[in-house]
Amino acid sequence: MGETRDAHETTTAADAVAISGVTKRFGDVVAVDNIDLNIADGEFFAMLGPSGCGKTTTLRMIAGLEFPTQGSLKIFGDEVGTLPPNKRPVNTVFQNYALFPHMNVLDNVSFGLRMQNVGRSEAADRARALIKLVQLEGMERRKPSQLSGGQQQRVALARALVNKPKVLLLDEPLGALDLKLRQEMQNELKSLQRELGVSFVFVTHDQEEALTMSDRIAVMEDGRLLQVGSAEDLYERPANRFVADFIGQTNLVDATVADSDTIVLGNGSKVRATTSLGSGSKVAMSLRPEAISIGPRGSAPADHSEESLDGIVSSSTYLGHAVDYRVSVDWIDLEVRAGAIGAQQRFSPGDEVSLWWDRAANWVVAD
Amino acid sequence: MVGSGRQLGGSRLVTAATEALTDPALEAAVATPEFELANIRQRKRRGLLIALPAYIYLLIFFAVPLITVIIYSFATRNRFGGADLNNWNIDSYRELGDDLIRTILLRSAGLAILTTIICLLISYPFAYYMATRSEKVRNLMLVFVMIPFWTNFLVRNYAWYVILGTDGPFSQFTEFIGFGPTRVLFTQVAVVLGLVYGFLPFMILPLYASIERIDGRLIEASRDLYANGWQAFRNVLWPLSLPGVVAGSILVFIPSLGAYVTPHILGGTKGTLLGSYIVTQFLTARNLPFGAAMSTVLMIIMLAATILYFRKGGRTL
Repeated sequence: MGETRDAHETTTAADAVAISGVTKRFGDVVAVDNIDLNIADGEFFAMLGPSGCGKTTTLRMIAGLEFPTQGSLKIFGDEVGTLPPNKRPVNTVFQNYALFPHMNVLDNVSFGLRMQNVGRSEAADRARALIKLVQLEGMERRKPSQLSGGQQQRVALARALVNKPKVLLLDEPLGALDLKLRQEMQNELKSLQRELGVSFVFVTHDQEEALTMSDRIAVMEDGRLLQVGSAEDLYERPANRFVADFIGQTNLVDATVADSDTIVLGNGSKVRATTSLGSGSKVAMSLRPEAISIGPRGSAPADHSEESLDGIVSSSTYLGHAVDYRVSVDWIDLEVRAGAIGAQQRFSPGDEVSLWWDRAANWVVAD
Repeated sequence: MVGSGRQLGGSRLVTAATEALTDPALEAAVATPEFELANIRQRKRRGLLIALPAYIYLLIFFAVPLITVIIYSFATRNRFGGADLNNWNIDSYRELGDDLIRTILLRSAGLAILTTIICLLISYPFAYYMATRSEKVRNLMLVFVMIPFWTNFLVRNYAWYVILGTDGPFSQFTEFIGFGPTRVLFTQVAVVLGLVYGFLPFMILPLYASIERIDGRLIEASRDLYANGWQAFRNVLWPLSLPGVVAGSILVFIPSLGAYVTPHILGGTKGTLLGSYIVTQFLTARNLPFGAAMSTVLMIIMLAATILYFRKGGRTL
């Protein structure tokens, strides 16, 4: 179980899903562009990206609702490239649920079993067990239109899980729910996944949702896979400008590589930062707002001489647990997040301040 | 059990809808001062005024002839081929028990059912194909479906008369491909062909409208839940398209049952159908009460079929 956790390692039979060199074209449009992706058995895996990035198309290819134009797609070692959806050991929770409006909850949930010729009474028993699991007892005879959004979403979950899929695919399953319900369902989904030990592949455009729920996350943009890794990987070690910007908030400072451990910022100041990119290449330095310290002008510690800038506060926003400042350095605006507890000094627009940060916070991303 | 649950759900929805409609109006009527009540009355009057032309039309061209027919069906035929309106009886209805009439009725119903089934078999895949195309292709196909309507129905029937006639194009074609000359004209095959041709759009359009409304993801969901193509059709597409099937079938079955023009032109003298028989009663046999009685019974049958069909399909409508 879970031998391989790296997307670029070779396929093993234990991988729940192994995608290699998969491309999907719709006419002239390349929806998914030559991606490699391995999802381990029992993993909670999120595919994250803005709408139109190809994450849903990838999910639909795993489900069999689209076929790859090129490449290989394996589920537990079996090539499924052009196998129809009813021949695959995966089930999907659709966006907006796609519950059958003419069937009641029980018929919806037992649908998959009946299609597999499971006897009527056995199908009903197994469906009832799942309905109990998602806490919808007593609603068996209701039609989907008589249920709330959260209840519909539970029916959709039960309808997929009753078939004991080897991989559960979820296409923005929480998108239609309000915030409070969404957070509840996030926890429930996560604990359900742990309980069942089945791989969940979860498509979302909500980075917070992806970060809080998943073991690993794949970030996609324009049909390309930009980075696969844990929440920490993506947040602390983003592979490129898009990932740095998309995951959390960051300041992206344009820079040029001088040599392997020095970059030159836009104002000509040199900063120590390691990079494997050749000298002269355009890069950006990603600096998280919470990594920057703020103090009165001249208060920057001497050992941070390279990693400090002087500026003027242009706005401040009180958030309760923190204060967000926008600080205007003569050639760029930086976002700074300072703690709001106790003796922390507050600043107002117009105040002259110094900013500094640890060298370790310098993170260079390709442009 | 399942059925009653469904019906309950349906009626609950209906009550909810009517409540939603009447509640604000009721509240307004209770809570508003005099002049607002007058306002509501005036609005109702104005609504009636706008609908008046339609009401007058229905009265003159629907209600009056209908009542006339029903009255005549209870009259007695007089020596001059008219109807004696003094002597009321149900003799005309008694005559309907005749074997000849029963044969004609069964034959007409059989042909109408056959026509409906053939139309459904042709239209369903077509409507599904049409509903799953792009907007542009869809509209183009809709135009193709409508084009025959630009030519008069009678003219189109005469076109079939020519095509199917002795030595006509159809016969020449079968002779050319080696089946020898055929004589389809003046057979029931020709009548069904003509009826299917004439009423096909009435089946395609409601089917298309109802299939087009179905969320394609439901089909995908059923496939994802291990349904093969047939099961997806049987369990999801078909039940959800039932309103269209019901509407289309009624629109084809009813005019087929009372069809006159097509059987008259393509059907010849053998195998008289209801429509022709009624016309004969009025124009040739001059038995007005009997023709009227037959028309009344035919109307009642159609009405009953419609109500039954809608009731049955109603829970998914």
